[in-house]
Amino acid sequence: MYFSKALCAASAIAIIATGAAQAETLTIATVNNGDMIRMQGLTDDFTAKTGHEVEWVTLEENVLRQRVTTDISTKGGAFDIMTIGMYETPIWGANGWLVPLDDLSDDYNVDDILPAMAGGLSYDGTLYAAPFYGESSMVMYRTDLMEAAGLEMPKAPTWSFIREAAAAMTDRDNEINGICIRGKAGWGEGGAFITAMSNSFGARWFDEDWNAQFDTQPWKDTLEFYVGMMNESGPPGYATNGFNENLSLFQQGKCGMWIDATVAASFVTNPNDSTVADSVSFALAPDNGLGKRSNWLWAWALAIPAGTQKEAAAKEFVEWATSTGYIELVAENEGWANVPPGARTSLYENPNYLEVPFAQMTLDSILSADPKNPTVDPVPYVGIQFAAIPEFAGIATEVSQEFSAVYAGQQSIDEALAKAQAITNDAMEAAGYR
Amino acid sequence: MARTVTTNRKILNTTIAWAIGLLIFFPILWTILTSFKTEAQAINDPPIFLFFDWTLENYAVVQERSNYMKFLWNSVIIAGGSTVLGLIIAVPAAWSMAFVPSRRTKDILLWMLSTKMLPAVGVLYPIYLGFIKLGLLDSRFGLVIVLMLINLPIIVWMLYTYFREIPGEILEAARMDGASLREEILYVLTPMAIPGIASTLLLNFILAWNEAFWTLNLTAVNAAPLTAFIASYSSPEGLFYAKLSAASTMAIAPILILGWFSQKQLVRGLTFGAVK
Repeated sequence: MYFSKALCAASAIAIIATGAAQAETLTIATVNNGDMIRMQGLTDDFTAKTGHEVEWVTLEENVLRQRVTTDISTKGGAFDIMTIGMYETPIWGANGWLVPLDDLSDDYNVDDILPAMAGGLSYDGTLYAAPFYGESSMVMYRTDLMEAAGLEMPKAPTWSFIREAAAAMTDRDNEINGICIRGKAGWGEGGAFITAMSNSFGARWFDEDWNAQFDTQPWKDTLEFYVGMMNESGPPGYATNGFNENLSLFQQGKCGMWIDATVAASFVTNPNDSTVADSVSFALAPDNGLGKRSNWLWAWALAIPAGTQKEAAAKEFVEWATSTGYIELVAENEGWANVPPGARTSLYENPNYLEVPFAQMTLDSILSADPKNPTVDPVPYVGIQFAAIPEFAGIATEVSQEFSAVYAGQQSIDEALAKAQAITNDAMEAAGYR
Repeated sequence: MARTVTTNRKILNTTIAWAIGLLIFFPILWTILTSFKTEAQAINDPPIFLFFDWTLENYAVVQERSNYMKFLWNSVIIAGGSTVLGLIIAVPAAWSMAFVPSRRTKDILLWMLSTKMLPAVGVLYPIYLGFIKLGLLDSRFGLVIVLMLINLPIIVWMLYTYFREIPGEILEAARMDGASLREEILYVLTPMAIPGIASTLLLNFILAWNEAFWTLNLTAVNAAPLTAFIASYSSPEGLFYAKLSAASTMAIAPILILGWFSQKQLVRGLTFGAVK
């Protein structure tokens, strides 16, 4: 009798203890965009399945980056899961700041993650962040204006065609600019665009010994082409235009073409927001026949900081949010056009999703990006629109400010390139690379 | 002899004052107007001023997505707590500097002010590490302390300026009548400096309410105030200006109302001593 009572008590304690260990409250830092907000709205499904509660800290992208970097580098432990990008993941993985995602369940099917995404979110062959959605960049263009100009957009255009088409579509009297692209200072704004563009011109940030390469002809060619084309066919004040400014111009019918993130496709084809929704089509980002296109690769991914006390529950959430099951949940609730794109191969084998007008071009753009071999000549870094080293964000922000000053007509291309060369070499020397 | 001001001059001065006032208020007005537009109307070019289909949809979305009252309460506690704590420390400090100055008083005042010249990000890591060690991360108490320390130089400077306008003889008389130091500060000095203390309190409450570096970097879920609420609606990749405007309007509304009702005290305090 005594034994059975003790057994019951022990069982009850074990059940309570197990229950307490299982039901966690996870704190997740994330970025404010449509896909992430949608995920927050569907969190009840995760709670119903696992019993774990979720508390969200949603921040603007740049604020989020500073906030999570401070926390993880000081082992602050404020977050159980962080939303980070392709730039941070390999650096933080190498520092041992992230939990390796090498033991995800069989049901998760890690091999289904698009290889380009898995590669960009790994360090030394180990996955450190699971992609929630991925993006590349591509050309979004107005079919009606292209037709009126008597031109036909190829699936894989060259830069010379883009410049010709931009000039043909430009109609200053009616405020139509042939082309809208980013010029705003910032490594993630205009800096990202010009770096990806320079790859197609044969330029690179560093040679294999980490020497800056802004004194080479391909960089000069890149900037001369960019400035020439934008002065001919770009919107006024393009030096301060970023993603949002160009999105606004395109949605109001003031751009013939816009080269930017593939996720923008869902915005410009949404008739509630876009006045040109029914006359938009897509093409690959342009090239120069050198074997590299000017598209980038990016993913917002979920990572678990090393040292979190809730690692098991955090892994359950990461699996839930980046699974094929989650994609189906979004499709069921919000339609296939709203599922997070660019992360899983199976999504692009789904006939329902392939009916979405920009699905195939998004996949083709992602597949044509190779972060391990981003440039024509070899480089010592990984990343297309960035070099995955801790110093890059600071250097590239300064360099992009010099380039934006060129776009604004405040200095010459030669002056900007000379300054970029000095800024980069000085910083790399101070950091011990040279 | 009183200076004669012509009617034309009065009209001109009033017009200029109104124009400057409206210019300063325009960004706030535009934010409020945008909060009632759709996202498409918010980015319309040319901008739409008043004639659009007013909607409350953005407020509904913000209310549904965020726990506004939690952010508001945190803002009230953090801004109020840091201001009151700052005053408790600053009143005796300003008293000593104004009425018992030493050779180094001016230097101390300048040194205090110089701490405001250091970029906040320069001390982010030491303070963050200190917060981790003390278990203050994401706590309202921690933020009350930090914001009090940040605003303390301004509080001391403002109070010092007001106290200097009060004749020291009055305090001396109180002392001769047997008042202790505590009684002198509490029952003689403070009542005379009420307008100055009130305007210091209001100004620092506003500064603490709007502080957006430490309140974003030292909080997560529990202590996040309205600055974090606004930051959650800003995005460089996606046009959410109408929702951001609705969130901003909700965040500034309490302080705007407070400022409106206390403008007389605020102006009186800020101009205290200007005219004897």
